[in-house]
Amino acid sequence: MNRLTWALADGWTVTRREFTHWSANPGQLIAGLLFPVMVLLLFAYLLGGGIEVPGGDYREFLMPGMFAMTMVFGLEGTFTAIGNDVTKGVTDRFRSLPMASSAVVSGRAAADMLTTVLSLAVLIVCGLAIGWSADNGPGNALAAVGLLLWLRFALLWMGIWLGLKIRNPEAVMALQILVWPIGFLSNALTSPATMPGWLGAIADWNPLSSTAAAARELFGNPGWPNDSWAAAHALELALAWPLLITAVFAPLSVRAYRNLSR
Amino acid sequence: MPLSVLGTLNRMLYGTLYGMTYTIEAHGLVKRYGARAALDGFDLTVPHGTVHGLLGPNGAGKTTAVRVLTTLLRPDEGTASVAGFDVARDGAEVRRHIGLVGQHAALDEVLSGRANLEMFGRLSHLRPKAAARRAGELLDRFGLADTGRKPVKAYSGGMRRRLDLAAGLILSPPVLFLDEPTTGLDPRGRAEVWAAVRALVADGTTVLLTTQYLEEADQLAHRISVVDRGRQVAEGTPEELKKTVGGDRVEIVVHDPADLPAAAALLGPDAETDPDTRRVSAPAPDRMATLTAVVHDLRAHGIAADDVAIRRPTLDEVFLHLTRSAA
Repeated sequence: MNRLTWALADGWTVTRREFTHWSANPGQLIAGLLFPVMVLLLFAYLLGGGIEVPGGDYREFLMPGMFAMTMVFGLEGTFTAIGNDVTKGVTDRFRSLPMASSAVVSGRAAADMLTTVLSLAVLIVCGLAIGWSADNGPGNALAAVGLLLWLRFALLWMGIWLGLKIRNPEAVMALQILVWPIGFLSNALTSPATMPGWLGAIADWNPLSSTAAAARELFGNPGWPNDSWAAAHALELALAWPLLITAVFAPLSVRAYRNLSR
Repeated sequence: MPLSVLGTLNRMLYGTLYGMTYTIEAHGLVKRYGARAALDGFDLTVPHGTVHGLLGPNGAGKTTAVRVLTTLLRPDEGTASVAGFDVARDGAEVRRHIGLVGQHAALDEVLSGRANLEMFGRLSHLRPKAAARRAGELLDRFGLADTGRKPVKAYSGGMRRRLDLAAGLILSPPVLFLDEPTTGLDPRGRAEVWAAVRALVADGTTVLLTTQYLEEADQLAHRISVVDRGRQVAEGTPEELKKTVGGDRVEIVVHDPADLPAAAALLGPDAETDPDTRRVSAPAPDRMATLTAVVHDLRAHGIAADDVAIRRPTLDEVFLHLTRSAA
């Protein structure tokens, strides 16, 4: 086997570790999958009754936002797993083995993407069950799923970088809490037009908002009338934001990984 | 067991190839963190097939030295080679010839012991079947066969350490690095790890061991480097190091504290008295002759003693002596 095939094989071995975790700890997997479902039901049934979407149904509006928010919540899984391995010395053991060093990252990335696909599938099924549907044809629906995964892929790099950089448990906890306001400060659950002007502008420019708005367009779900530039160019931004995040955090992650030997 | 045969051959080959030189060599290693030098001109030579102890207080640079030698850390200055490969230039080759057992049991807590070994085996580029076979061999060898299917979470401290050690031995490496392998273990766990290390040495593995426990270095290491402030302050066999703080002493514990001055007078002008422990001691250059004379004199003077013995300085004394004089 040459270097590339070993790199793939090693990455796969690291990915399979995650599957073994699932089978050893199915409760954790199920809780992880049900969490976005719980948030969905919370907003669809507890709070959603009080939210009026102009010219549409709130649940139809909510679903793409929940999809996008789930991509952002996945960030936590990535940096927690990477951080744990670094503090427990597992990363050092990997680095002392004759394995491909890229596998530590690529294996994690593949595992997290597969978890995301699973989590998205569960959420789609739940959405269909509560009356949501994709009304623009399967091609557009697939494109929407593609954009959602594209955002998750970009956030992987951010998660890897955070996991390598942030060592102390209090900072990790703070970060885990911070993911929430970042998720809520967007158009995922309500329109930025209903927020105070400055806050709405931030929410409009949240990468999560672009992906959610683009997914609404592609799924044929109602959007909230919004005349900001970011809202008008959601599709372009949903492609550009993740590209920018990857361009910044992928090299930073590689550097942080190399710097473990400094 | 073709794999263990291969491992033995591997080690024999290294014995002949590197038998005349050193398996681990470091010259003038420097590693700075800001203004602080974790390594400050660190030298080390370890001959093939021996156990070498790095002994030093917390923060002396022991772990940094191990991290440099195992290619986890790049030194700012100096050179080092392991199993004949330069750690800076041939990192990948070095990693193929070493096992590392770090300070924390670096294991996946959720996976079983067996699954951990199989994963690390696969990542060491063993074929799936070979990795499974090797995992089985190692579990047997470290007395973990019964618990191999339990998650590591459920292991005791000693079991974790043994599994960690097993994970460091997957490729039967000719060189093994053990960074404080018994820190935090109870005496039973410590004894288990010691027995495992002794068995390895019997197989011809070269071991570099860091420890804060003088007893551990005394028990396991052929030679010891005392490390302080990022450099080696003394090196030798445990016996040689003990000699550096002075020779043997004869020690009397008197029964009645009132006899202390009389007992001290028997031992001559160099006698040291410790009233708290009712102890009098003095140099005993002639060992047995001195002891016999002292016992005779005690009886002649009617001094009742609870204990009379020849005592060799402990590594504790060596350690305190050396790290104090280096300050």
